[in-house]
Amino acid sequence: MSLSSKHLIGLKNVPKEDIELILDTATTFREVLERPIKKVPTLQGKTICNLFFESSTRTRLSFELAQKRLSADTINFSTSTSSTKKGETFKDTVRNIEAMKVDMIVVRHESAGVPEYLTRISQANIINAGDGRHEHPTQALLDMYSIREKLGKLKGLKVCIVGDIAHSRVALSNIYGLQAVGAKVTLCGPKTMIPREIENLGVKVIHDIDKAISEHDVLNVLRIQLEREAGSTIPSLREYHNYFGITSERLEKNNRDVLILHPGPINRGVELSSEVADGPYQIILNQVTNGVAIRMAVLYLLGTRP
Amino acid sequence: MTIKATIIDEAGINRTITRLAHEILEKNKGGENIVIIGMRTRGEFLAKRLETKIEEITGRDVILGILDVTLYRDDFRMRLKQPEVSVTNITFDINERDVILVDDVLYTGRTVRAALDALMDMGRPSSIQLCVLIDRGHRELPISAQYVGKNIPTSINEEVKLKMKEIDTEDAVYLIESP
Repeated sequence: MSLSSKHLIGLKNVPKEDIELILDTATTFREVLERPIKKVPTLQGKTICNLFFESSTRTRLSFELAQKRLSADTINFSTSTSSTKKGETFKDTVRNIEAMKVDMIVVRHESAGVPEYLTRISQANIINAGDGRHEHPTQALLDMYSIREKLGKLKGLKVCIVGDIAHSRVALSNIYGLQAVGAKVTLCGPKTMIPREIENLGVKVIHDIDKAISEHDVLNVLRIQLEREAGSTIPSLREYHNYFGITSERLEKNNRDVLILHPGPINRGVELSSEVADGPYQIILNQVTNGVAIRMAVLYLLGTRP
Repeated sequence: MTIKATIIDEAGINRTITRLAHEILEKNKGGENIVIIGMRTRGEFLAKRLETKIEEITGRDVILGILDVTLYRDDFRMRLKQPEVSVTNITFDINERDVILVDDVLYTGRTVRAALDALMDMGRPSSIQLCVLIDRGHRELPISAQYVGKNIPTSINEEVKLKMKEIDTEDAVYLIESP
């Protein structure tokens, strides 16, 4: 079994078999992460470049760790210290990196479509680590893995994505991925944060957080992206919290069995109360651990693909 | 795929496992310090049977683990098909233990090399001893087994296939002509 594509750009149109192969392979790496020596020699001799044009903590560290644990050689690029500051074009930067003989490129960029563009100008395997408001496939995969680990299945589950859908690439990848494996997806948030016509993707839209909690098995709560002008779509963070923030009282009143995910970083007191963010319903730190295993699985499956 | 000969039949496999169990216990002075680790997939079932047999003989519980060596293979760049990985299940400490590594057929020795590297990443056992049901020759690495069910000289155009009831319909070892 191997993946049907040599790149991972998004989860749109990715077959169910590919998603399940990645999730199953991640189980293998989850075991490796529990060993005293958390390293296997599988990608020895492969060179991977991490091309981050946008700030990131979790994703970049997670990818780097995954690469090191597979024994790949890694080089890191971030815009603040590079020649793009001197005016080099994106294409030239990539051509130069490729001339150094890299096998895989992990890319994050503020513009949607950059990873797709890279597949056309480079021979390397391209992995999207988040592009604009488009997709963030490894985040969705680790969310799905974490849900499956906790609830034992994905098919037939009711998952509600809560928050700023319009600015979110995590939401889009989750919608595609969850639907592919047979989960039902609902979106919940203020009208200004939900794109028009999104129902065309086969999702339900609601605006009542109590209903979101009571009628779903899983809530994937997104971050209010202050750096992406989310501020202009809601009157204030406090008002957002009053209407859509998840608090212990709301959870206890509506559904004591709901599972809460959050891709991080959390705005405490905005989308989640601090009590919920540290409480028994959430699996936020499991998501981070699983993230390394998922990225190892993706790197392994692409890097050893015949 | 044509079967050229039956090398061992069901009763034979049972007798061989009994003998291997006694040999392991003899060499390890009763086997109080041993742990058994089977290599996926058929070595896993062989190890399980060896465990049962040793428990029968000694009346003591024996620790059993399963090792998947896919991540340690040396042939990733040469393969046409991507090997499927599955999970290693060794939840105990192998430090200071005598590890009995179990596989079905010993051939080039490359899988055993991978297993040795994998085990070294998990700790420092007192010893690693190799137990195989069939040794068919053609080693490409300096590796030999301490416990061998049966030595079978083969040609490289042949294949040795172990069938086990746990996943196949019968217990037997066949010599097969490769296509």
